Amino acid sequence: MGLWQWIDGWPVYRQLTGDDALGRGSAARSRGTERLSARTERADRVVRSVCPYCAVGCGQKVYVKDEKVIQIEGDPDSPISRGRLCPKGAASKQLVTGPGRISAVLHRPPHGTGWERIPLDRAMDMIADRVVATRRQTWQDTHHGVPVRRTLGIASLGGATLDNEENYLMKKLYTALGAIQIENQARI
Amino acid sequence: MTSDRNRLSGPLADPTADAGYPDTHPPRMGFFTDTSVCIGCKACQVACKEWNLVPAETGELDLLGQSFDNTGALSANNWRHVAFIEQTVTPDRPPVDLGMPAIGPPAGDASDAGDGQVRWLMSSDVCKHCTHAACLDVCPTGSLFRTEFGTVVVQEDICNGCGYCVPACPYGVIDIRPGDGRAFKCTLCYDRLGAGREPACAQACPTDSIQFGPLEELRERADLRVTELHERGVDEARLYGRDPQDGVGGDGAFFLLLDEPEVYGLPPDPVVTTRDLPSMWRHAATAAVGVAVSVALSFLERGALERRKP
Amino acid sequence: MAECHPVGFQWVVEARERGATIIHVDPRFTRTSALADVHVPLRAGTDIAFLGALINHVLSNDKDFREYVVAYTNAPAILREDFADTEDLDGLFSGFDPDSHHYETTSWMYEGARASAAAGDRDRWPASGDEGGPGAADRQHGGGELRETGRAHSYGAGGPALSGKPAMDPTLRHPRCVYQVLKRHFARYTPELVEDVCGVPRELFTRVADAITANSGRERTTALCYSVGWTQHTVGVQYIRTAAILQALLGNIGRPGGGILALRGHASIQGSTDVPTLYDLLPGYIPMPHAHQHQDLDAFVAADAGTTGFWGNMRAYVVSLLKAWWGEAADEENDYRFDWLPRLTGDHGTYRTVLNQLSGECKGYFLVGENPAVGSANSKLQRLGLANLDWLVVRDLRLIESATFWQDGPEIETGELRTEEIPTEVFFLPAAAHTEKDGSFTNTQRLLQWHHAAVEPPGDARSDLWFYHHLGRIIREKLAGSTDPRDRPLLDLTWDYPTSGPLAEPSADAVLAEINGHGQDGQPLSSFTQLRDDGSTSCGVWIYCGVRADGHNRAANRRPRDEQSRVAPDWGWAWPANRRILYNRASADPEGRPWSERKRYVWWDAEQGRWTGEDVPDCEADKPPDYRPPPGARAQDALAGTDPFIMQSDGRAWLFAPAGLADGPLPAHYEPYESPVDNPLYGQQTNPALQAYDHPANRYHPAGSEVYPYAFTTYRLTEHHTAGGMSRTLPYLSELQPEFFCEVSPELAAERGLEHLGWATITTARTAVEARVLVTERIRPLRIRGRTIHQVGLPYHWGPNGLSKGDAANELLSVVLDPNVRIQESKAATCDIQPGRRPRGPALRAHVAAYRRRAGLNEDEGTPPGAGEGQR
Repeated sequence: MGLWQWIDGWPVYRQLTGDDALGRGSAARSRGTERLSARTERADRVVRSVCPYCAVGCGQKVYVKDEKVIQIEGDPDSPISRGRLCPKGAASKQLVTGPGRISAVLHRPPHGTGWERIPLDRAMDMIADRVVATRRQTWQDTHHGVPVRRTLGIASLGGATLDNEENYLMKKLYTALGAIQIENQARI
Repeated sequence: MTSDRNRLSGPLADPTADAGYPDTHPPRMGFFTDTSVCIGCKACQVACKEWNLVPAETGELDLLGQSFDNTGALSANNWRHVAFIEQTVTPDRPPVDLGMPAIGPPAGDASDAGDGQVRWLMSSDVCKHCTHAACLDVCPTGSLFRTEFGTVVVQEDICNGCGYCVPACPYGVIDIRPGDGRAFKCTLCYDRLGAGREPACAQACPTDSIQFGPLEELRERADLRVTELHERGVDEARLYGRDPQDGVGGDGAFFLLLDEPEVYGLPPDPVVTTRDLPSMWRHAATAAVGVAVSVALSFLERGALERRKP
Repeated sequence: MAECHPVGFQWVVEARERGATIIHVDPRFTRTSALADVHVPLRAGTDIAFLGALINHVLSNDKDFREYVVAYTNAPAILREDFADTEDLDGLFSGFDPDSHHYETTSWMYEGARASAAAGDRDRWPASGDEGGPGAADRQHGGGELRETGRAHSYGAGGPALSGKPAMDPTLRHPRCVYQVLKRHFARYTPELVEDVCGVPRELFTRVADAITANSGRERTTALCYSVGWTQHTVGVQYIRTAAILQALLGNIGRPGGGILALRGHASIQGSTDVPTLYDLLPGYIPMPHAHQHQDLDAFVAADAGTTGFWGNMRAYVVSLLKAWWGEAADEENDYRFDWLPRLTGDHGTYRTVLNQLSGECKGYFLVGENPAVGSANSKLQRLGLANLDWLVVRDLRLIESATFWQDGPEIETGELRTEEIPTEVFFLPAAAHTEKDGSFTNTQRLLQWHHAAVEPPGDARSDLWFYHHLGRIIREKLAGSTDPRDRPLLDLTWDYPTSGPLAEPSADAVLAEINGHGQDGQPLSSFTQLRDDGSTSCGVWIYCGVRADGHNRAANRRPRDEQSRVAPDWGWAWPANRRILYNRASADPEGRPWSERKRYVWWDAEQGRWTGEDVPDCEADKPPDYRPPPGARAQDALAGTDPFIMQSDGRAWLFAPAGLADGPLPAHYEPYESPVDNPLYGQQTNPALQAYDHPANRYHPAGSEVYPYAFTTYRLTEHHTAGGMSRTLPYLSELQPEFFCEVSPELAAERGLEHLGWATITTARTAVEARVLVTERIRPLRIRGRTIHQVGLPYHWGPNGLSKGDAANELLSVVLDPNVRIQESKAATCDIQPGRRPRGPALRAHVAAYRRRAGLNEDEGTPPGAGEGQR
């Protein structure tokens, strides 16, 4: 930084020499202010998304910087929402980056009094074992003599923030397993 | 140099130019909050906090009982605040503000109250970005300043937390953040404006109750809106903070209200608290000896003012 | 709508600014009421009386849109002689069997037509819980009787099937034509009755009736918007039916500015119904097959599909689905593996499942973004079920109550459960958020919108697509080489989705491609009309066929609104066929001309020989209005060019439903199962076919109980979302509505000594909860037949976990269901309210037990003595 730049950066100098004699405007601008820019301008990318709360389906733009979500706001292009969001939609960033989100698998053994952390692949393997065993144990080839090929031992209740593709895989896998008590918030 | 330069009160056509910005500065930007379409959703409050990274106040969660308002007032951590006012309206009488009953059911004959219709007013309050901003005028550090958009913003890298701005604000907007010590308030999303974007609250507002734009345009739009509402029989519609002749020289953020300002918790006749500052300072200069240290400091900081007096 | 769908409400505000009249009918005064022209407070659970009176107003004053009604509805159809109405049978329709609480529906049919076997002779099976014998933990209503399987959900994309043509009287004068039957049925639904049932002054009713009829017809349309305030009732389906009758009479269906618009409450709750994770449905509203009746695919299709209308192609839809699931393993020889679909034998809904958990039959449970421990009716029943499992998998963003019930659930405090004694093994698997995965949501207007992954999920968090893909992969690996025939459906399942990235995330686009379907050449299909029943096409969800036409993901279409028409066809993709208004053929008159220039939408262009307009026409684009089906025509070819309701087998809107409903061909006002008053219309107090589950943890109140004297209703607030898992955990939302409260009128506050901001204890036979009190004029006492009826308002967002805490309102509700779709009655029940905090620990149980005793509810017996109504 040159001397003149340094002097020019001094508010009182600007106040005395510029048009802002009272030092209430241009002369009072701080370095922080000069450096200020909207963080959305610095985003590495902007990703098109949809609000996960109600079913209006407001468009969202997700701003990403250094592989972190730095801002979520309404998508003005959307013919549904015209860029607007409700308080929940406006809080979406806190939903995805805020406190309380769990990022580790937790396991509570039968009769256990606390959580234990277990690796994800082990949890997947254990769950698969439980499914196979319960299915065997509760399988019904027939019901009152009529073929049913099913299990009433396994049930599922899904939320309605699941993607269509997720619901599709769920129904497909459960049906192949013979599990029929497959339900969703959509009934509730 | 125009004759009204550097005034602390009265009409002022271009506060931005007055603050030393060249003629090429952008038009003065502001908010017009039309409460007749406010649904009280509080999206503005959340969008503001998300954008400006304003802390949540979850340490002291409590129901306020002021209808659906659990924020209470504008503060360092609430730069937007939606007020909820429940009223009963009877055809022959003006609306009665119910307030919120403190203890037990409200006084009066319940069956009588049952005849009225309920009216629920909602309004999103915000910093007014006054034409004559006392907070800015009293700020000894130059932290509070007027931007090229004519808005009033705290520069957090300068603010030393002296708190002079807090009692100076005629609306009770600016506030010291507990645990931080500095003053905070709405910046009208100064950073977003620099990027050509609208403030977060205005963008989020579902019903366009919060409108952002050049103040001149907003004033025209607001005038039309009031006329339109009057034609529809909404006689109580009125503008608040629109008038450049008022005690703060008009607000950069003004409102269309459906009742008296007091009903919404707004001062009916706000006056810039530094209106009489120049004459006070003249008297103070005459009797300079014994002036409190704080006043002296203020004097040095604003010395330029006195030098320019005729 | 302003309260729960604020961004959608912008369009209502805009309409109001352009002169529309906004009417808000709701027990409480909400943010919507604040901006409405008229607010109509009514007693919760009485909307059929209100809407029925509007229908009566339309019919008695000849306010119907007659040309529309004659041409596009079944008003002219003539009913059988043996049909008897509720007016004849004091609240029952013909065909009711009082022993089974079940309707035999043959007499509801049109004269000269018959319903397909499925509708007329439905599957009846012992409820699975009855297999436990006399010692079964619960008593289903009606004891060990045969129960009927809910079927109405499968009409989500069209009505049930009929065959044959009904006799018609276009003059609408025949005494047995639907129009005349309707008139008689609703004749006693008068403004005076509205006053007596709903507590709505007749002047206010008249104002609404005048506004609606003045804004319907050739030049104008009226839209009805609803949410679960209409559906969460023991008569929920009939609420919507009543609205449909009104809108069809007024000509408000299939036209711009009209319709009955469901404002659904979750991002893809419509998608969860279309691509169902529902027990009674296969993708695209194909019913799940039932045991016994459907021996093979042909029998299944013959029973469930009509031969006319688009459902006439059901075999093509089913075969294409089976090909999508089992690929090469499914062929004509093996009936496309139709026998690999597991079979239903009754009610397998979520509440039934909980009873099966309590009885020990259901041992493993997946909760995937759902929180029944506070989000489902009778939360305690839900938790007792969770506490009796072998294993439970919870997938969510945060530690919701359903994951921690064993640690800190209310039953631990009351001593009903001890952590060490709960056998349930619990897996909590963190889920990916919407910003961390690709996929599509289907919004409330059937619009599929793709969301793109922005970042990777944190730590072990994964998408549900990842979870199910890899769970299936691991299970298949474990079973590889099995010769057990029960494992064949798993091993032959098409399950080769490509994965990518460090997490091996399966491709959501590949799943969408399977949903869209392809032909024998592997090329993506562009329309469900291309589907064939010979195994040459594969399609996972027939109604979504075309979403990926030409291999282009149309759900990701994002042409800015300013660059396209108001219909915005290039933003997302709507099923079916990117149609934005269903049944839009009805926006033109029978000759194919717009009813009016103001309301033009699609119309017949005779020169081009095509339907044209702003939207994709909801009929074959080249079918002229003067097309008449030749004898023996099938499927859509059997519908005339004047039939707009192409999913119905007769192409018409049904004012009267000759088949498909479990509780009557017409709506009738029945009181909520728990009501403060008697039904003034009929001797029949409640829906005769409703489903109740008598269980020690699910006791019901008698009607008019003095112990539980007040009505209550549950609802949402703008600041929170459903049971709170996605909102109570967020600081910015929690501070806006920091705790559970109840809303009461000043009059009720005075009656019970409730103090503003003080505490109240609200008690039902299920349990008691405590809430802070908001005394507000927005809740109004209603005058009903000389009595004051008080209503308590309860937002249901809370639970013990999270930042903003409180008791869950759902604790108070019983499980009692609509018989058609098995939705619970959450919107109207009874309670007591007293000042002060609720008792803690075992004292809470004693408190609830004391109430039950006073109400005469024996601890061991389910049905209250003197509750008496035969149907209860």
